[in-house]
Amino acid sequence: MLLGLSEDQEFFRETTERFLTERVPPDAVRALRDDPTGYDPAYWRQGAELGWTSLLVGERHGGGTISGAGLVDLSLVAYEFGRHAAPGPLVAANVVAGALSASDAAPEVLAGLLSGDQIATWCAPAVGGDGWEPTVEARRDGSGFTLHGQAGPVESAAQAGHLLVTCRDGEGVTQFLVPTSSEGVSVAPLHTVDLSRRFGAVGFDGAVVSADAAVGTPGEASADVDRQLQVALVLLCAESVGAMQAGFDMTLEWTFDRYSFGRPLASYQALKHRFADMLTWLEASHAIADAACLAAHYGSGDAAELASAAKAYIGQYGTELLQDCVQMHGGIGVTFEHDLHLYLRRFTVDRASAGTPADHRQRIATLLEEREGVAA
Amino acid sequence: MSVSPAEQQEGTDDVEEIEAFRQRARDFIRANLRPLAPEEMRRGAYSVLSEEEELAGIARERQIQRMLFDAGLAGICWPRAYGGQGLTPAHQKVFNEEIVGYEYPRRIQIPNLSPCAIVILEFGTEAQKQRHIPAILRGEELWMQFLSEPSGGSDVAGALTTAVRDGEQWVLNGSKVWTTGAWWSDWGLCLVRTNWDVPKHRGLSVFMLPIHQKGVEVHRIEMLNGSREFCQEFMTDVIVPDTDRIGEVDDGWTVGTRWMFYERMLYDSPYVTWPAGIVHSTSDAASVRAIASAQGRMGDSSVRELVGEARMLELVGTELSKRVGETVRTKRMSDQVAALGRLYKGTMQARMATLAFEVAGAEGAAWSDGSAASQSATMFLMRQAGSIGGGTTEMARNVVSERVLSMPRERTLDKDVPFRDVPRSRPADA
Repeated sequence: MLLGLSEDQEFFRETTERFLTERVPPDAVRALRDDPTGYDPAYWRQGAELGWTSLLVGERHGGGTISGAGLVDLSLVAYEFGRHAAPGPLVAANVVAGALSASDAAPEVLAGLLSGDQIATWCAPAVGGDGWEPTVEARRDGSGFTLHGQAGPVESAAQAGHLLVTCRDGEGVTQFLVPTSSEGVSVAPLHTVDLSRRFGAVGFDGAVVSADAAVGTPGEASADVDRQLQVALVLLCAESVGAMQAGFDMTLEWTFDRYSFGRPLASYQALKHRFADMLTWLEASHAIADAACLAAHYGSGDAAELASAAKAYIGQYGTELLQDCVQMHGGIGVTFEHDLHLYLRRFTVDRASAGTPADHRQRIATLLEEREGVAA
Repeated sequence: MSVSPAEQQEGTDDVEEIEAFRQRARDFIRANLRPLAPEEMRRGAYSVLSEEEELAGIARERQIQRMLFDAGLAGICWPRAYGGQGLTPAHQKVFNEEIVGYEYPRRIQIPNLSPCAIVILEFGTEAQKQRHIPAILRGEELWMQFLSEPSGGSDVAGALTTAVRDGEQWVLNGSKVWTTGAWWSDWGLCLVRTNWDVPKHRGLSVFMLPIHQKGVEVHRIEMLNGSREFCQEFMTDVIVPDTDRIGEVDDGWTVGTRWMFYERMLYDSPYVTWPAGIVHSTSDAASVRAIASAQGRMGDSSVRELVGEARMLELVGTELSKRVGETVRTKRMSDQVAALGRLYKGTMQARMATLAFEVAGAEGAAWSDGSAASQSATMFLMRQAGSIGGGTTEMARNVVSERVLSMPRERTLDKDVPFRDVPRSRPADA
């Protein structure tokens, strides 16, 4: 997490931290395992009142930031979400809210997101080593469009009233805001390891949308999608770092409390050296996540590269860190009653979302080539 | 008594404005320094140069250092009282950005400016500082660390080199090793044992001595890549006046602790010039990328991943370094957190050398003149060097776990016994 936060940012982070500690302690997260929604709507509304969904929304739409850098402020919430394995569609709701605000689209849906009364989610394109590609096709049909294809995994698809759908539109890319209840839209629930996240596969079988459902300029939404993907990546990274920090802290404490052969685990050099490596990975993950977040906020030229570097590094080394935490706990670390797996679950789902480490390593190579002006 | 370098800074009322400083630095650099070819930018401590090239390189770097001094650009964060500019780490950072792509006095930075000169600044008497620091900033004196010994690398405080008092002077005997470029340097900062009858940390002292003098024999060591820059020094009845002692008699470990801190801090130090974003190794992301292209393997997704990984490690390293610097400045954690940067660099360099070697394919086994992969096999053989030199990564792991995370210290068998009774390695056969 960013060093040198302002007092306002620190207060904002602490407010969310306190709220999550009280409302969703580990036992409450565990209890959500069989909850169909994955979160309590009242909890989400209270979070929205704290500002969870308003930071990427312009002031004229009723949003606002803490520091002027809304994405940085939001990354503090995402970090705390990771530290608490907190429920709620934070990334999905914010990507959509930011997109609607930037395009001046669907004010009533945006208002619902801001108050927390409504959920909207993103049917994102597939992300691979060569970049992203929509999996839904928009076919022009008279003055409107019909949508065909399948998107997923889509977070909180069954809970969302609206879907922001990224579509291939001939040579271009167009995004539409579509009510989930529309004819020709279906949601098939998917399984996941996270206890409170819910995902669905969303099918589009000729769903009819009018041209004014477009978010942004039809055919020219590529840059918007780039932006949304960067937002999603930096938030997933901030959340992952929070989960790593939680796992690291509890495991370090454990090594001081747990004795074997008459001495604490913390006194064994074999383990101490692993903690030194883990702290290096943890601090490096904080550093690259923050750099990616700042670059995405300012839209600097290296924002895409830093976002991919963060997603690739954190996905790879965070896995080693958290699985090492499991190893140092021994058998208790793979039981349901222990808390460690809550963070491992959250991290693991984030790692596989919006491109794997391998995808993003390849993506970095592509960006290097693009910068050098060499044809791939 | 020691005074930390930060406390020796003058007031900040008349500090040069950052962008004005940037312009001044840029003007000087473009007017006076030679732009570098890409392969020159990556040249590091393990490069293999002929003796003539090496000496010509040193001479030019001393000259550049003098030019920087005369232009008011040497010792950016060093106190004005000793010839520095009295500016801030932000100014040094700007200079690091502006110097990228140009020749700069690489050999004058480390270990000359830091740890050596910075230790003198922190622990030296006023006379010692006045005598040496301006001369160092002018490029007239080049210092090296007389620290490691053949009897032990990581256990620095187990030094066997001994100084015996003789009135107002000391007589030194022993041997130091892994001194980079001692054959072309001027002075050594030397940790020695002055008392064998107390536990090891309490019987050390630090001296300054000219390298090229009677009784000091410098022997160059050939590394497996052909480099002969590392040296071993044999000291026989070397006379050092007591006025060249740094710190108190038998209190050398107080100096040594800070000395080692500055050594781990190197990559994040505001007291030296590091061209921004340059990795000091022949293996970096650009060379991995260049090898992949030259091999025609950029269409292979497994190779693309390795190229991406190299760049990722570099970007993360840069950001971690900034974070560690910021952490030390804000005292968020123990300043020993500098060891994290050292640990990252060491492991990253080993991985980077592996990536370059992997991408080289069959040219890792045999290559022709001018191959982009010509260094990859040798660098692969040398890949652990970055995890050994400057204090091993194992020592860095001890520092991180014990002094940053406060995990229990390792038990040692040399703590409360007179050093002369501590078990030692069997001497090498003569």
